[in-house]
Amino acid sequence: MEYDLIIVGGGSAGLTAAIYASRRALKTLVISQDIGGQAAITDVIENYPGYDSITGPELMSKFHHQAEAHGAEFVFEEVKKVEKKGNIFGIRTANKSYDAKAVILAFGLSHRHLDVPGEERLIGKGVTYCATCDGPLFRGKRVAVVGGGNSGISAALYLSEIASQVYLLNRAGLKGEEVLIEQVNKKKNIEVVSNVVTKEIIGQERVEAIVASSLDNPSEIRTIKLEGVFVEIGYIVKADFIKGLVDVDKLNQIMISPTNETSVPGIFAAGDVTTVTYKQIVISAGEGSKAALQAYKYLQQKSGKTAVMIDWKSGNRK
Amino acid sequence: MSEVILTDQSFENEVIKSSMPVLVDFWAEWCGPCKMQGPIVEEVAKEFVGKAKVGKLEVDQNPGMAQKYGVMSIPTLAIFKDGKIIWQGVGLHQKVLLSDQLNKVIS
Repeated sequence: MEYDLIIVGGGSAGLTAAIYASRRALKTLVISQDIGGQAAITDVIENYPGYDSITGPELMSKFHHQAEAHGAEFVFEEVKKVEKKGNIFGIRTANKSYDAKAVILAFGLSHRHLDVPGEERLIGKGVTYCATCDGPLFRGKRVAVVGGGNSGISAALYLSEIASQVYLLNRAGLKGEEVLIEQVNKKKNIEVVSNVVTKEIIGQERVEAIVASSLDNPSEIRTIKLEGVFVEIGYIVKADFIKGLVDVDKLNQIMISPTNETSVPGIFAAGDVTTVTYKQIVISAGEGSKAALQAYKYLQQKSGKTAVMIDWKSGNRK
Repeated sequence: MSEVILTDQSFENEVIKSSMPVLVDFWAEWCGPCKMQGPIVEEVAKEFVGKAKVGKLEVDQNPGMAQKYGVMSIPTLAIFKDGKIIWQGVGLHQKVLLSDQLNKVIS
């Protein structure tokens, strides 16, 4: 099946691109593992214009339904490879492959993992990357938060109200807002464990302990018995499947022109996965619409038509 | 509503002793992705009427079963057959994935 446009990613950038592309009558497919991306696991959103307050899942469902209503198709798979096949692009998932005349990459950011033994195996069995999602399941239990930045500190504060004991593991001391650090220091059930690096997460069926070693003296190892490990060490671009395809910066963010073009004609990118500075829902939505309009223009020009852009045009003010 | 609202008390009868396979959605009010999972599970329930049972268990009110089955991230989806878990997935699952898993169990 050949599409005019395939959008990789179903967060605010991808969904907005899908709305704009289908309204331009492009045959559009969205391939994503989820709907809503990071916004979907955000509790309350109070900075999206038009809504005083709305939950992340609610707002993202609206984006999704709007895209579907305009004709965009969705499949829920993980993209394994994007490749140029002559004049078109091939997109491979685990079981299928799809062709498209143009592609928008909008797969956002993923949680950074610790990459230590036990971590992957124990995801959902005590290892988690979302304190607000899973925190309440650890009522009265002992947990560790790994990460000394704002998100780690916030997670530790949140969990201190639920868990019996919180260990806040970090490499180089707490680096966050002063107000938050002061709050941490006042909490009796948060122990800040600084200058350590996580070595392993132990457990058979579920998490049983975390092992950390001192940065100053690697032979000094501490094993803490606990039930939960919350990993809060930021986000990365998971860009393995586009390696060597489009130009990226040293953080693996996709480099784009002001009109969302990548280094490969026909491949566009939008949202958190790109070099655009602020990672915000409204910005990703705007970027998604830009990418879709530019993809439309590209496809029109490719087919020999002049793109009729219903938009502001310089020197044309009658 | 095609899906069954499960509790710690009804779990034994509705799930463990069920003659049909049962898909259980472990969820909670405070969990964002669970709110997106809910409508998907409802659709699966409609599709499998007479072939499989679909149940929802709210983990705050019913911590017993969540504890017993080691549910530590939600949403967690699990398929029970003859009283045992034969498939389990963590995180938001789309309809086609759940239908595929159920079809495997039924056939």
